[in-house]
Amino acid sequence: MRWRDTFRSGFEAILGHGLRSLLTILGIMIGIAAVILTVGLGQGAQSTVNSAISALGSNLLVVTPGSTTGSGGVRGGFGSASTLTLADANALGSKRVAPNVIAVAPQAETVEVLTAGSSNWTTSVVGSTASWAEVRDRQLQEGGFFTRQQVSGADDVAVLGSTTASELFGAKSPIDQTVTVNGVVLTVIGELTSAGSSGSTNLDDMAIVPITTTQQQLFTGTFATSVSTIYCEANSSSGLSGAYQEIDDELLAAHHIAQPSEADFTITSQTTIASTANSVNRTLTDLLAGIAGISLLVGGIGVMNIMLVSVTERVREIGLRKALGAPPTDIRRQFLVEASSLGLLGGIGGVLAGLLGTVILPHLQSNPVTISPLATAVAIVVAIAIGLVFGVYPATRAARLSPIDALRSE
Amino acid sequence: MAAGSADSVAVDLAVDDMSEPTGRVPRVEGGEPTGRIPRVDVDGDPTLAVRSPVIDMKHLWKTYRPGSLAVHALRGVTLNVDRGEFVAVMGPSGSGKSTLMHIMGCLDIPTSGTYELSGEDVSEMSENSLAHIRNREIGFVFQQYNLLPRLTAWRNVELPLMYARVPAPERRRRALASLQQVGLAERVDHRPTELSGGQQQRVALARALVTNPALLLADEPTGNLDTASALEILGLLQDLHRSGRTVVLITHEPDVAAVAGRVLRIRDGQIDSEEVAA
Ligand SMILES: Nc1ncnc2c1ncn2[C@@H]1O[C@H](COP(=O)(O)OP(=O)(O)OP(=O)(O)O)[C@@H](O)[C@H]1O
Ligand SMILES: [Mg+2]
Repeated sequence: MRWRDTFRSGFEAILGHGLRSLLTILGIMIGIAAVILTVGLGQGAQSTVNSAISALGSNLLVVTPGSTTGSGGVRGGFGSASTLTLADANALGSKRVAPNVIAVAPQAETVEVLTAGSSNWTTSVVGSTASWAEVRDRQLQEGGFFTRQQVSGADDVAVLGSTTASELFGAKSPIDQTVTVNGVVLTVIGELTSAGSSGSTNLDDMAIVPITTTQQQLFTGTFATSVSTIYCEANSSSGLSGAYQEIDDELLAAHHIAQPSEADFTITSQTTIASTANSVNRTLTDLLAGIAGISLLVGGIGVMNIMLVSVTERVREIGLRKALGAPPTDIRRQFLVEASSLGLLGGIGGVLAGLLGTVILPHLQSNPVTISPLATAVAIVVAIAIGLVFGVYPATRAARLSPIDALRSE
Repeated sequence: MAAGSADSVAVDLAVDDMSEPTGRVPRVEGGEPTGRIPRVDVDGDPTLAVRSPVIDMKHLWKTYRPGSLAVHALRGVTLNVDRGEFVAVMGPSGSGKSTLMHIMGCLDIPTSGTYELSGEDVSEMSENSLAHIRNREIGFVFQQYNLLPRLTAWRNVELPLMYARVPAPERRRRALASLQQVGLAERVDHRPTELSGGQQQRVALARALVTNPALLLADEPTGNLDTASALEILGLLQDLHRSGRTVVLITHEPDVAAVAGRVLRIRDGQIDSEEVAA
């Protein structure tokens, strides 16, 4: 048969079995779109976590109380007896003790009610030192951050996050206004530039107060004596491991701990956070790829079924065509054209549906959706291959029957 | 009446294949196969015709095993059909006529025995040369017609020409001419379901004739027709025979068999008797 006639016969067969062709195309489409979307969601989540991590600041080491040991699991913890103190932070700030550390910002925080005039707002109050803004890589949109002198003087001042400021003062400038926390009146001296959110934490909803002020006037109990986190900024990314060692040595000595494995604190670097988050993410991506693979398999089995049924139904037709002198090549080609046209239509439809999904999905949930070219390509190849194999293979088998056996089949 | 139609084409005798569009068979030009089954004009002088068998079957058996029980549809059939012969096959229902015809048309394979077509053993032919023979040299009319339900009459008739790689406009021309030959010019755009049984049978015949085959095998081609149409078709077959084709046809009607040069009677899968017409 001429190629033109082969194509015409193929298209006539596709149109002639409209519903069945549509179902085949739909099966391929759903398989491909499912893979594009699930892998896209996984990769989107990964990029969200990565940007949250880089928002922490650069060359950062984070010291937290409690420790994770290989055998004993977690000892201590964030809320329980905090083992870190302001003295620890001050020690780390010394050039002699930790030359690779250029700035230290301890952080003690609790949730308090802030009152300004008639409005009040519940948010986290963070006690820290003058290096906080530098260490956390934050800018001020108005006013200034408190100084070393204000910290040592335990001045009643506060710097507000942009959300906190607008909740308390509306559109009005918060500078030189006052807020009351636990009966202490603080003067607002600055407002932070918006930094969005990191994971579940809103970086714009907080009030930063000199840690001396929180310890002496605002906080009570362990919150007044200990700190929940010490942020240390290393001089460079190459100095990070040196800084890690210095902090580790100093804190072990200060806490009188002989065995490093007994440490009651944990030092985390941004890179370890990133690699942990990445491995979590990779697991997540693998999981989603697994789900996508299963949906591809289910779609593939659907396609396989329809193809097998449609070819079986047409064994008589194959027998007749053979009886009229169709060589096996012509029969194989006719079904090849049919199956690959269905596969191609399904493939195009699946990619379009997937792309449409990546546009729509971000409006329905918070994570972005990225398109993975590899997953898309694999999905297209697999879906079309399934269509081809199960469209052509049974037809080729039927073409091997004698015309009469094929004509009598059913 | 059979004699009457023979008379009307007597003038065509001994006329070469390529030259005539006279008589009842408007031969379509082009695509004249130069196959391995030659057409000879035996009617000119039957006694002088060289006896060279087109079909040569020896000890043919066909056994079906639908269940545990074996059904012997053919039990050792030996027969020859010479070039340009017109043979009628008769026999009771279930005697194995269709089975024999399918094997003759290279549509089915015997369980044992040999079948030589124009001197060549069919069991040793490749799939492709079998396809070529079915397409170019044999015209087969099925007892069950076997038309494709989705295609209109003329599209059904053009099918064999598609596999012969004939260009589309010529295919249509030849398909329409062939349908006209069987008296269906008015029904070319009807689908099989929109045709009567006799009309479907004639579409099947037109499809067998469209390639201009050297060997025409027809399984009860007039079984569903009224006497007038049956005679018309019979005349057509006779014309083909006169122009050199070999024709084998299955029939239950003695009138039809009377037209043939030889009648083979089959009973229980065996050749019962053979009689040469006077
Ligand atoms: N596929 C098959 N499986 C089993 N038995 C079969 C098969 N085809 C034919 N037969 C048997 O072979 C025998 C011959 O069948 P065949 O069709 O050749 O008969 P026939 O002479 O053409 O009959 P009719 O005149 O009714 O068409 C029958 O007994 C039939 O039942
Ligand atoms: Mg029969």
